[in-house]
Amino acid sequence: MSKATPTFATHVTTHLQLNGKAMSVGHEARVSLLDLLREHLQLTGTKKGCNEGACGACTVLLDGERVNACMTLAASCDGRQVRTVEALAGQDGVLDAVQQAFIDHDAFQCGYCTPGQIVSAYACVKEGHTRSPAEIAEWMSGNLCRCAAYPQIVAAVGQAARTTKG
Amino acid sequence: MRDFAYARAASPDEVVAARSAGAAIIAGGTEFLNWMRLGIADVAKVIDIGRLDALRDIVLDGTTLRIGALATLNQVGESEVVASSAPVLVEACLKAASAQLRNRATLGGNILQKTRCPYFRAEAPGVNPMPWPCNKRVAGSGCAAKESGYARLALFGWTDTCVATQPSDPAVALAALDATVEVIGAGGRRIIAMNEFHLSQQDAAKQFPDHKDVATLENTLRPDELITGFRVPIDAAAKRSAYLKVRERESYEYAMVSAAAALDLDGGRIRGVRIALGSVAQKPWRLAEAEAALRGQPLNGAAIDRALDRSLSAARALPGNEFKIALARNVARRVVLAAGGAHG
Repeated sequence: MSKATPTFATHVTTHLQLNGKAMSVGHEARVSLLDLLREHLQLTGTKKGCNEGACGACTVLLDGERVNACMTLAASCDGRQVRTVEALAGQDGVLDAVQQAFIDHDAFQCGYCTPGQIVSAYACVKEGHTRSPAEIAEWMSGNLCRCAAYPQIVAAVGQAARTTKG
Repeated sequence: MRDFAYARAASPDEVVAARSAGAAIIAGGTEFLNWMRLGIADVAKVIDIGRLDALRDIVLDGTTLRIGALATLNQVGESEVVASSAPVLVEACLKAASAQLRNRATLGGNILQKTRCPYFRAEAPGVNPMPWPCNKRVAGSGCAAKESGYARLALFGWTDTCVATQPSDPAVALAALDATVEVIGAGGRRIIAMNEFHLSQQDAAKQFPDHKDVATLENTLRPDELITGFRVPIDAAAKRSAYLKVRERESYEYAMVSAAAALDLDGGRIRGVRIALGSVAQKPWRLAEAEAALRGQPLNGAAIDRALDRSLSAARALPGNEFKIALARNVARRVVLAAGGAHG
């Protein structure tokens, strides 16, 4: 065990498996995963709402688990897999079951929260927290929708869960 | 956010060395990054402990449940071994924050979160002045919260210096479970009882009479220390335990009042019970007098209410939170009944 203080740096290089592609990016150590995606990598599908972990608009998948990109330090993602809303549809453009369900149920109005809702819903379905509308509402509560399309969102997640199983 | 230098720790010893050199710890980051943005923390060095995978395990070792400090709230909340040995902790973890925050937030970090008092959480990073007085932010500036009418202030243990509450849900469960906190620091390892880990403002003033900035004292973790894990004794009460959280919206909200109970029953009578309230003090608030009064009593609402009065008579309401005394009584009664499988 090393007793030495490790080496600190204000600039770091982060290696990611981002949407299926290996890549490296240099950045200030203080940069959040959200700012790395939007400002350094031009992946602007992931939205910045509150920037304090309150709204869920920035939800992405980190090693397959949904997280708030605004509350995740980019440097701490080194060597890990990140998947954003841009990579949910197939390469042939066929929408994921969750995306299709949001269209079928008109599960949005202004659409700002939608990328975060969809990524969160994708994880919610994978986790299996979809056994009832109440369970969906509970496990989707980290995504706020100021237009209050909540009933449609719960219905869309329910449909996606059924389609994904079938 | 101010610029800082970053390093990833490969061992707890490296963390202790970095802490001793003034570095702050980041694990999940769901609380620490907000401290940096708001100006609550202002540090030049940050040490990332997220790769200390040995601190992530959840193991039942005989009658002791050991949970690593880096276990996430979802990991604890969805653990079958925790569900069967200490259900109160599962409920508390899953009622905290949101699904995506719980995937990052760690149990160790969660109990180190600071108060949600909005006067404390003002955005005033760097040279920007605070918009109002807060003794926790600027020593000796005063407390804008005390007369504000804000409901989420303390009922117990507060002083004129600070009237804020600790918002953690898991801490309330751990207090009712009589858990202990394992820490490592420059002086080696030590164990702190969960009920002595946090400080009320009265505790802080008593234990650190010469401290220049007593309002900032919220727990007994020393500046060189790192939480490595928790030990939860699994007794009959731990197995029969429950958590109840009352809040202004049904999900993804801090508690107005919460309560945890661990109950040992002998037929229809209470052999022993441990009760802790959340969001009523700067620490999980154990109801020792009520616990003692309930020994040997039948498990019913009237007996529980009589016992609860012994602890709740010490409550000191502030303007705007008087209703929380009645709320605390109701939440505590309901959680004891729920732990016993009854409804009230």
